[in-house]
Amino acid sequence: MDDLTTVVDWSRWQFALTAIYHWLFVPLTLGLSLMVAVMESIYLKKKSEKWLAATKFWMTLFGINFAIGVATGIILEFEFGTNWSNYSWFVGDIFGAPLAIEGLVAFFIEATFVAVMFFGWGKVSPKFHLVSTWMTWFGASVSALWILVANAWMQYPTGMEFDPAQMRNVMNNFWELFSGVAINKYLHAVFSGWALSGVFVIGVSAWFMYKNRNIPFAVRSIKVGGWIGLIGLLLTMWTGDGSAVEVTKRQPMKLAAMEGLYHGHESAGIVAAGIVNPNKTWNNDEDEYLFDITVPYGLSILAKHDLHAYVPGIADIIQGFTIDENGDTVNTISYAERIRLGKLAHEALREYDTARANQDLVAMAEAESALREYYPFFGYGYFDSVEEAIPPVGLTFTAFRIMVFLGTYFLLYYIVALLAVYSKGAWLEKKRWLQWIAMVSVPLMWVCSEAGWAVAEVGRQPWTVQDLLPTKAAISEIQSGSVILTFWLFAVIFTVLLVAEVSIMLKQVNKRSLTNLEIDNAH
Amino acid sequence: MNAGSLPRRVWLLYYDGFRSMTVGKTLWAIILVKLFIFFIVMKLLFFPNVLNENFDNDEERADHVRTELLNKGN
Repeated sequence: MDDLTTVVDWSRWQFALTAIYHWLFVPLTLGLSLMVAVMESIYLKKKSEKWLAATKFWMTLFGINFAIGVATGIILEFEFGTNWSNYSWFVGDIFGAPLAIEGLVAFFIEATFVAVMFFGWGKVSPKFHLVSTWMTWFGASVSALWILVANAWMQYPTGMEFDPAQMRNVMNNFWELFSGVAINKYLHAVFSGWALSGVFVIGVSAWFMYKNRNIPFAVRSIKVGGWIGLIGLLLTMWTGDGSAVEVTKRQPMKLAAMEGLYHGHESAGIVAAGIVNPNKTWNNDEDEYLFDITVPYGLSILAKHDLHAYVPGIADIIQGFTIDENGDTVNTISYAERIRLGKLAHEALREYDTARANQDLVAMAEAESALREYYPFFGYGYFDSVEEAIPPVGLTFTAFRIMVFLGTYFLLYYIVALLAVYSKGAWLEKKRWLQWIAMVSVPLMWVCSEAGWAVAEVGRQPWTVQDLLPTKAAISEIQSGSVILTFWLFAVIFTVLLVAEVSIMLKQVNKRSLTNLEIDNAH
Repeated sequence: MNAGSLPRRVWLLYYDGFRSMTVGKTLWAIILVKLFIFFIVMKLLFFPNVLNENFDNDEERADHVRTELLNKGN
């Protein structure tokens, strides 16, 4: 059991590490490709060489990020096959189909049009080149769709039924994969890429201003990056609100963990800043927070868009209170009962297995019928106590606050950056402290983005597939030593890649900044 | 433009593109080293597909997963 716990924990850390590193590259690809496409469109419309120079400059940085980041996601698929083989089999074609489509789309759209985008200057018509640049952005965005549809299915499994003979979930409705959870998650992730890239463009451009090099180029870049980033951030907030409503309905335990809320109530406030009490459990009388600053009604609005709505806490959810599909609070099935029903599901599967070995068709049908009835609680059968179904509250709570705090900071950042760059006094060009803030804020945007993923993924623990498969059942029978070894190997490899990306980018930025970016002199 | 020239144009696009790369050459070196490490070193040595390597067909894989999931529930 100790080794199982070690394998599960290290495998989770390994998956988190690789996903975190992968996500360092992805959002910049999603956003910078759009900004490059917009700049090239302006160039083609205005026939202005300075816009061509800007397009090529940012395209180079896009290329560096694309090259370093490409294939880092494949590691996650390796881990599915090795560390999470029970999970990989259990999810069947539901996970496989979107990932297969993603592979084809990524290969045919991205690989083809990225090549035309980089090699096609002067070799294809300007309009075809522009189409290729837009298709690169489109391909990257569509690739993300399939990954996030697959991820959303894990958070809200739908459009399938379990086949005990195959021991896997079989898709019976492809379109159900595009649930509200999936659409919000996809748009939230893509728009956050725009917001992140805008901060990156502004930060790099501010460095040009700080060094007093190519100021007009920096101003042009900030205008494009600032507007797209601001729109992206506003849309990220909007879809984040949509995600919160979906989480309230589909994963109320995650919402309660995000808020550190153990005992729900009507007109629930949201904690703007605070520290959760580590000694608090679902069934003791300790305070929920060591300290908190609460915004009245905030959580009720976030969860249900209703000032006075009731929002259940962790203890309420364990006792059976939850939010149904219509957003109404209902008292359904307690977690203790879910555990009992989950064990009945396991028993039915065991009986099915025995009947199948004996080729007893009648007993098989009976067992399958029972399994179908209890299957929605299958995953709870792996728990011995209700505590096992509670996610890490402190980490989820803290990550949520980091995301929201930094998201709000970057809203202010964009407003100030755009005001400063459009101001008659050209503040951003003159105020060095503004340039400094613009530059040092760049890594914070990545922190914000990664914190968002931490909320989504830590908050859904202990599930790999919500309600159906906890991590401890999803894990393969492998040795903890090999997982620990590969964890550190990945840590080294990805760190080297990150250092390579940053150093190559810095070198390119410095080199290009010494050239005249009012004319096309890039090769 | 006749159809016969298309493959040649595509070839030249890539050929000239690779030849005239500057920073791209470094990036391609990184990509190739990375792919070698991922697919040859990591995949072959450390990341076998547990079910594909240990079982011959889907029925055996399903039986194994069934046993695993039932045992872990005990």
